[in-house]
Amino acid sequence: MAGTSSRKSGSAGTPTPSSTETDLVKEAEATRASAGYHLIGKRTPLIDAALKVTGRAEYTDDIKRPGMLVGRLLKSVHPHARIRSIDVEEARRHPGVAAVLTGDRYPTPFGVLPMTHDETALAVGRVRFLGEHVAAVAAVDEETCERAFELIHVEYEPLPVYDDPKVSREPVPVKIHDRALRDTNLQKEVFQHFGDVPKALEGASQKVKLSGKYLGVSHGFTEPHCTIAEHTPDGRLTVWSATQVPHYLHRSLSEVLGMPMHRIRVVKPEVGGGFGGKSDPFPHEIACAALAIETGRPVKVLFDREDVFYLNHGRHPTQNDVTVGVDADGKFLAMDIDALIDGGAWSSFGVVTTYYNGVLAMGPYRFDNFRYHGARAYTNHPPSGAMRAHGGTNMRYTVESVVDEIAARMSFDPIELRLQNFLPPNFKTINEFRITSNSVRQCILAARDRSGWEEKYRKLPYGRGIGVACGFYISGSNSPIHFTPVFPQCTVHLKADMDAGVTIHCGAADIGQGSKTVLAQVVAEVLGIRMDRCRVAAVDSDTAPVDLGSYSSRVTFMMGNAAKAAAENLKVPLLQAASELLEVPPDRLEASEERIHVKERPSQGVPFHEALHKAMETKGALVASGAYSTKPLGGTFKGAKAGTAPAYSFSAYVAQVDVDPETGFVHVENVWAAFDCGRPLNPLAVEGQIEGSIHMGLGQLLSEGLSYRGARLMNPSLLDYKILTPMQMPKVECLLVGEDDPEGPFGAKEAGEGPLVAALPAVGNAIYDAIGVRLMDLPITPDKVLRALEEQRKKGGAVKPPAPTRPSKRTPTHGGR
Amino acid sequence: MPKKVPVRLRVNGEEHELHLPPQRILLDVLREELNLTGTKRGCDLGTCGCCTILVDGEPRLSCLMLAKLAEGHQLTTVEGISPAGALHPVQKAFIDLGATQCGFCTPGFIVTAVAFLRDHPGATRDEISRALSGNLCRCTGYVKILDAVEAAARTLAPAQER
Repeated sequence: MAGTSSRKSGSAGTPTPSSTETDLVKEAEATRASAGYHLIGKRTPLIDAALKVTGRAEYTDDIKRPGMLVGRLLKSVHPHARIRSIDVEEARRHPGVAAVLTGDRYPTPFGVLPMTHDETALAVGRVRFLGEHVAAVAAVDEETCERAFELIHVEYEPLPVYDDPKVSREPVPVKIHDRALRDTNLQKEVFQHFGDVPKALEGASQKVKLSGKYLGVSHGFTEPHCTIAEHTPDGRLTVWSATQVPHYLHRSLSEVLGMPMHRIRVVKPEVGGGFGGKSDPFPHEIACAALAIETGRPVKVLFDREDVFYLNHGRHPTQNDVTVGVDADGKFLAMDIDALIDGGAWSSFGVVTTYYNGVLAMGPYRFDNFRYHGARAYTNHPPSGAMRAHGGTNMRYTVESVVDEIAARMSFDPIELRLQNFLPPNFKTINEFRITSNSVRQCILAARDRSGWEEKYRKLPYGRGIGVACGFYISGSNSPIHFTPVFPQCTVHLKADMDAGVTIHCGAADIGQGSKTVLAQVVAEVLGIRMDRCRVAAVDSDTAPVDLGSYSSRVTFMMGNAAKAAAENLKVPLLQAASELLEVPPDRLEASEERIHVKERPSQGVPFHEALHKAMETKGALVASGAYSTKPLGGTFKGAKAGTAPAYSFSAYVAQVDVDPETGFVHVENVWAAFDCGRPLNPLAVEGQIEGSIHMGLGQLLSEGLSYRGARLMNPSLLDYKILTPMQMPKVECLLVGEDDPEGPFGAKEAGEGPLVAALPAVGNAIYDAIGVRLMDLPITPDKVLRALEEQRKKGGAVKPPAPTRPSKRTPTHGGR
Repeated sequence: MPKKVPVRLRVNGEEHELHLPPQRILLDVLREELNLTGTKRGCDLGTCGCCTILVDGEPRLSCLMLAKLAEGHQLTTVEGISPAGALHPVQKAFIDLGATQCGFCTPGFIVTAVAFLRDHPGATRDEISRALSGNLCRCTGYVKILDAVEAAARTLAPAQER
């Protein structure tokens, strides 16, 4: 790869596997190459990259409509208050103001999950967080909107402010939402118990409990939210929006505005990053549409960065306790988890979040006893929501820290301890997840071998350390959010016409992860044509069949399968036409290298375009459709569907750090990221997902955190909310060792979210190896490191933890399972 | 409404005569008046680097500059990097090496890197990393961005400096 040779190797140096060592990465690559695909698995630049590097890619804010007005939203100045009155008459009369709307106009509640609709387009009678929108203004320009805001008179009656989820768990005098549980402010509570955890823990020879504390985290995408809406005289509404979920937006617009879906058109232009932060239908999108209907003119609502932070929907502030009991040989017996998460003012994906914080905790390990109590509290903080590796990140840090602590206390090598406890492939977990492909063993062995683990673990000088952690994540949520009507998770339509190009229509939202490129790769692979014949049409609900959205790492798996099916269907008439031209039965033909030819005699064939034109003689343009639906999975107990997925990704990361005991700064030097995404369809993009995930994970670990004083967010800017710069990124080595998944398209699984989860605990465990302190309060800023070192000195001196004494055997790279 | 003032801007070699309120920000004028939407708005506060353009060849944040104060300077936006459609080696490397994902930060990185490599052909990865540290990217973890700029540096460097 370009650049690698001159890349700084870091003071640690990077050991390469010795020549006698088997290289699992090369082996996996060789196995995959033997399948002989011409595009699948090739490092493929994104098909829209040329537009992006020249500034030609069109994002929502780049769109101009004739006569477009500026829409702005007035923010609440109280975190919790009744709205006694809103007087907008003066603002309405102000020159240049086209419309002023308040919450009573479209009061229908909505939300991404159908069972927890508790948001409204604009506040109705009550505000629940600082920054909630109380009025919407459309005017000729921004200054006029600002002036109109001064002329809107809102009378608030402050209510008690809840900024601590622990308080929300107790009986409260004022409920933030009527739908909160009992007399508390809890939004959702989950209890699950499999096996007998108390009994198993009683019989354990070692029990380790750690408590983790996590600040909220922002997605930090670079493109602020933006929506344009236009209501035309034909009675149709068009909404362009920076969204990951065009279909859920479509539904919400219809529900709240009372307009049938077929009269609404949702268009997703390029989206400047999402990471879950654009995966809810949002109030501002509906308010923008409402302004367009009211004025009859196009309206644009564009957020500034502070608005983005206040809309939040980022990772939940969390406190969790994880207890694991093991027997004398290090076999995991039971896991017990208690989690309290701060949901902020709305439900958003909260039901899912509450489940995920527990149900995704066991994998990649086998447990026969598991208990989980999770609660999500409403507070008067800006709403939390889904963020990359949703529900799987904070809990994962605590779990992997517990595993590391068990290894330390029982004197195991943490890799050997993990190897003893992995789930096997093709297995049903205690909570009835169906595990199919699973290369976690190859992951941890590859990371071990490449990192030089054995020469480093507990052997580097004080202040330097190495750590390991594993990960597990869903490859697409098996259950669609809406149960009725029943329809596929994803549908792809193809059209091949006279120009011998193939147009791909699909509602899947490319938000930079490269799903358009995967669509073109899959279709071109099946049809045996060059990728440049394939063009991916814009996501436009008028023409693109529904895909449920870019969330839960579902797109490659589900869209990939739908695209493959569509291309197989398109191939049928092409083979038929070629069969007529060649006078050979279609089942003896195949498509490759831009031709349709006899399988065993490639010289006997016709070019793709000739077969296409022959097929079109009577039919005209060829069209084909393909769809992917999930099969029923999971048990029948309450919440059994949460966390079920048609496949799971696995990972094992080793990180190496340099901690400065004088300043408390943690410098992450290297991350060896072994990831099982099945067959990587586009390794270039998969690496990009892994590297970006590590960046995001290390940000949360070391410097990022939404900091509140009471209900007020103290750092709503990219100056005070500290995202890592290029200077802080470690050297990353991606090790793709997955085997083909039996149900994924060409054997692929997800790589969008799973790559994040192991990054944080691998570094946390490396810090422990470096300085012997376990830091469980994120982010791990230098002050926290120094305080921990101070404590450690008081207790008897700063030293590295002792080296493991057992087991003496080392698992060979190729060993039986 | 404040009185409008004449503003003459030279952007990508083209002269523009505009009448604007004096407080108009250069970023707004580029995007809204001149339709040069390649320059992106990420924060409006000079914190993200998405709005980076070249002012007399030096990277500057257009969200922190009044349009009026840009008079008399040569402005270059991402649209001016490859005017005839021939990609600059930095752009080519960004495509080939996967350095753009969502693409929103990309124009800012491109213009910053182009200016840096012009003055520092054959720069090292560390030097490139420092030069790009005013631009935030949330997708790539910068790894492939640094790969791309490093590759472009090798393309651009005179043979003896390779």
